[in-house]
Amino acid sequence: MDSITEKLLGIVSDRNVISFKGAYNIRENSGCAGRQSSENIKIENKSDNPGIVIKIGSGAQKETVYIPACVTRGGVNDLVYNDFYVEDGADVIIVAGCGVHSDDEEEARHNGIHRFFIGKNARVLYKEKHIGTGNGSGAKRIDPVTDVVMDENSYMEMDTMQISGVTSTNRLTTAKLGAGAKLVIRERLLTDGDETAKSDFSVSLDGEDSGVDLVSRSVAKGNSYQEYHSVIKGNCRCTGHSECDAILADNGRVNAAPELYAGNIDASLIHEAAIGKIAGEQIIKLRTLGLTEEEAEQKIIDGFLK
Amino acid sequence: MLELKNIRWRLPEGEEILKGVNMKIPDGKLTVVTGPNGGGKTSIAKMIAGLYSPTEGEIFLDGTDITEYNITERARQGIAYAFQQPVRFKGLTVRDLIETSAERKLDNEFICGILGDVGLCAREYMNREADASLSGGESKRIEIATVLARKNASMLVFDEPEAGIDLWSFGSLINAFERLKNEGGRSLLIISHQERIMEIADYIIVISGGKVSAEGSREEILPGLLKENSSGEKCPLGRTVPEKEDF
Repeated sequence: MDSITEKLLGIVSDRNVISFKGAYNIRENSGCAGRQSSENIKIENKSDNPGIVIKIGSGAQKETVYIPACVTRGGVNDLVYNDFYVEDGADVIIVAGCGVHSDDEEEARHNGIHRFFIGKNARVLYKEKHIGTGNGSGAKRIDPVTDVVMDENSYMEMDTMQISGVTSTNRLTTAKLGAGAKLVIRERLLTDGDETAKSDFSVSLDGEDSGVDLVSRSVAKGNSYQEYHSVIKGNCRCTGHSECDAILADNGRVNAAPELYAGNIDASLIHEAAIGKIAGEQIIKLRTLGLTEEEAEQKIIDGFLK
Repeated sequence: MLELKNIRWRLPEGEEILKGVNMKIPDGKLTVVTGPNGGGKTSIAKMIAGLYSPTEGEIFLDGTDITEYNITERARQGIAYAFQQPVRFKGLTVRDLIETSAERKLDNEFICGILGDVGLCAREYMNREADASLSGGESKRIEIATVLARKNASMLVFDEPEAGIDLWSFGSLINAFERLKNEGGRSLLIISHQERIMEIADYIIVISGGKVSAEGSREEILPGLLKENSSGEKCPLGRTVPEKEDF
């Protein structure tokens, strides 16, 4: 494992390699740089595609599994398929960050396709941080695909964040919810320079009393461009909320299109979208507390994306 | 001491709001600036905090001319300002704002004390976002708390702190103002129409028509103001300031 991987792991997983405890799988430049299963969480190679199968047993209660992936040089186009099977009643935290690094003119890309099959009454907290680093002119791309199938009364919280430095990202998320299942999505995106980011969510509320709460917050700085599109389909008695808040700075641009489909009279769906620059009064307030204008802007952005 | 010398301020449209304001805010005292709506009270508060720049005149803090100081510089010079209309933030928590104000990380006990002073149950609010999910009264109390947390500020300016505050919380707020006053060392300038706030003032300044129309100790000014309010008639207000008096 090289030093760049170790650095990226520290950022995307909030810890260094030696502090991983329990189950983990570290992916480095399309290969496996370390793996460990635990009593309740088994990690195996996929047989049909590159990637792993993570089987989380019901004995896992508040247990964490780390599956970070790193691309540390240009010329690597990493494609991985990871399947998560979460048994009925399990309670697990999945940390799945990704870092891409390029110091040359070649593109470094990670394309992670994650599928979740969440059993009855199971709970999943899914944490994902993305970052691009390196001084090379080669693009740093991360294009995650996340497909979720949630069984009765299961709960999933997706906490995803793109910190900085990712040249382009195309994020596709789909979810199908069974009866009583709840999905909470918190997405935060920061783009700068000429970066582009596209987020596309499609959530189908298929079971009675299922619900989704989707909030995306983003900051578009420099000449960057972002697109946000969400579709919530209420096919039964259910609740859905979609919110897209974006802060514009410099010449940043954002296109937000939340979409709702109510296919049942008892579907209760809401969407909100707000785009604008930082309110002048917010900067003034923080300046009255002693911050400079630049410090105030940074504080507001940091808080917004926290 | 904070001193305003012949402050004039004109709107870009041309209307003159402040027409030669002269006032001295004594150190370590609680001064209330009051007067009819539209008289220029909030403009004076914003002028002191640096949100407005005077068209003419000078502002001194402890002998230093701060007229050209911007908002940040004035804050760092020791001026704290509580807005009449609180600002909301998506993402920043109550704790974030209070810690920014105090310029350091704070323990729960300290934050509890500050929020308790404004009538909030701290544990419920510390980690809440200071956004539109808060009611107007809650936001107002948090706004005041951010000024109370400014331990390094020597001049605390509150613009109508009573607005939007319920009766019970208002009692806590009065106690907090009295405690600050009795601790000494810091000057309080409160823009207010509230009789209960004027009752704890050391000094009262009446602003009317963009000028100081009267000023004096509470004993000199308040009885006249109350009589005026109850009868609706004009009456002498303490030491009425002559038209061209110069400080």
